[in-house]
Amino acid sequence: MSDRPTTPDAPEIGGDLAAARPPLGPLFWISVGWLGLNVLGAVLANVLPLVNPLAQDYNFINAGPSLHHWLGTDDLGRDILSRIVFGSRVSLLVGSGSMVIGFGVGMPLGMLAAYRRGRFDAVVTAVMYVLLAFPAIIAVIAVLSFWTPRTLLKIIIVIGAASIPLVYRVIRSATLSIATREFVTVAQVQGARDGRIIWRELLPNVAPIAVSFLLVGVATVVTLEGALAFLGLSVNPPTPSWGNMINESRTILSQNPWLAIFPSIALGLFLLSLNYIGDRLRAHFDVTEVKL
Amino acid sequence: MARYVARRLATLVGIVFVISVGSFYLIHLLPGDPATVILGTGASPAARAALYRQLGLNRPLVAQYLVWIGHVLHGNLGVSFISQTPVLTTIRAAIPIDFELILISQVIAFAGAVPLAMRAARRPNGILDRILSAGSFTLLSIPPFIIIVLLVLLVSIKWGLANTGPSSYVSLGSDWIVNLESLALPSITLAVGSFVLYFRVLRADLITTLQEEFITMARSKGLRQRRIMWRHAFRPSSVALLGTAGVNIGGLLAGGFVVEYLLSIPGLGYTLIAAINSSDYLLVQGIVLVVSVGVVLINFLFDFLTSIVDPRISRE
Repeated sequence: MSDRPTTPDAPEIGGDLAAARPPLGPLFWISVGWLGLNVLGAVLANVLPLVNPLAQDYNFINAGPSLHHWLGTDDLGRDILSRIVFGSRVSLLVGSGSMVIGFGVGMPLGMLAAYRRGRFDAVVTAVMYVLLAFPAIIAVIAVLSFWTPRTLLKIIIVIGAASIPLVYRVIRSATLSIATREFVTVAQVQGARDGRIIWRELLPNVAPIAVSFLLVGVATVVTLEGALAFLGLSVNPPTPSWGNMINESRTILSQNPWLAIFPSIALGLFLLSLNYIGDRLRAHFDVTEVKL
Repeated sequence: MARYVARRLATLVGIVFVISVGSFYLIHLLPGDPATVILGTGASPAARAALYRQLGLNRPLVAQYLVWIGHVLHGNLGVSFISQTPVLTTIRAAIPIDFELILISQVIAFAGAVPLAMRAARRPNGILDRILSAGSFTLLSIPPFIIIVLLVLLVSIKWGLANTGPSSYVSLGSDWIVNLESLALPSITLAVGSFVLYFRVLRADLITTLQEEFITMARSKGLRQRRIMWRHAFRPSSVALLGTAGVNIGGLLAGGFVVEYLLSIPGLGYTLIAAINSSDYLLVQGIVLVVSVGVVLINFLFDFLTSIVDPRISRE
């Protein structure tokens, strides 16, 4: 990757502002590296020299970190390190899957509404603001508690659907600030079709904003899934996830603090690097005027 | 002003209607016959008939909704088939606990955020500002369920402070000191999230406000820093803070679920999770309805307050 990823096509934005862009800094690349490591671990978990995350070692029940089990074992003698690496799959799947749904629906809607304006915009925006009025966690808990049995796919669908209004709001306001610029008017005057304007003029300029929000969005939905898992409303045991590991540690906190501490660190660092990358990108692309 | 309030009220009614339809429809998400799922397979025909009557299950969907909303508007959220108590009674017992928790957490959050934001905004990019901004950014990424678990590990297990761990809740009426002790860690956890939010919003707004000409004017008049901060800068900046607080406090009603669950504090969140685990669907439905409407009402109330503090908002 180069220092300046995906410079927008339009010279109006890319040219003179590029000099004023703040540098991304070393912490940014450390965060990117950590995130990459997480993804790599989740993808290669089967190949890596890890103990089976479901295998029970009766010689090590609630054991602290040791040479046999680097991060210790849980109350059933299962290896915590292995469960953390395998557990990252749930977080990554929920994070990417529900963002595919959220952006897949919210982004075209938001761009279309901001470009077309008029009645379509008014109706869709009103509906989205009604949906935004109450916290997603209640709606998600409500639907998941009735729509049983809970599977990973259902969790992804419900969280993804809940994220649509958020994505819509951000993309709409980002598009609005660009749709009124001169180069869009020029394209319209030249007789370009709407589809071409949205694809060639708007999308390249909305994309950087979308990417920095995407990372924050992933952090938000992963937090939500973690909270659900902590409440026992996400994927069923024995499948490990960071949230349900912390949930399992709940009743044995005094015997085995490591079972709570290590997944917490894993989840915390994961969220921190996502938010940090998103924050730096936002500063880098100077999108502060768009309310995120 | 009146027009603004009327418009907001119309939106409020619309949102509450959508919430009511959503909560009503939850029962129909259950796989199979709702009566069998709610009552279990071994239910007597009389009990099934009672449930069908209570929910109007053999009528068309719209008629069912009308029956249901009619009951709800009369304060009847149904009777739980698990505990045989009216759903509303259970919810009424839980609400004051959430109220107390949110109140304590907000006192802590404001008491910390307002003075610190003022300090940080006086010298943007100074040492204090950098430490606080980096710290608050980090805390922003840590979900409350991690904060509460780590706090319990440290305070009630490592330090061994009494009455702070799981299941130590005592009601306010029976022993208020133990009650406050048992609510200490959950309210600190909720306060951390609110503090971070308030600090960041107020700091950013104060930095802008402090560059205004009337501040320079106040400075050149020789007013004291304290007076400039509180009377001249904080008042315009408090509008943004109030708006943030409204959304945040509404969210806390749902964010409190996690801390209540860990420490078995019988507020709405703990009751909701217990109801889900015992398949007490009518109670789940009732709590979802009450919490959602509560969140929306709190948001509305704060919007109204904000428009009183800053009348320009209602004219837009």
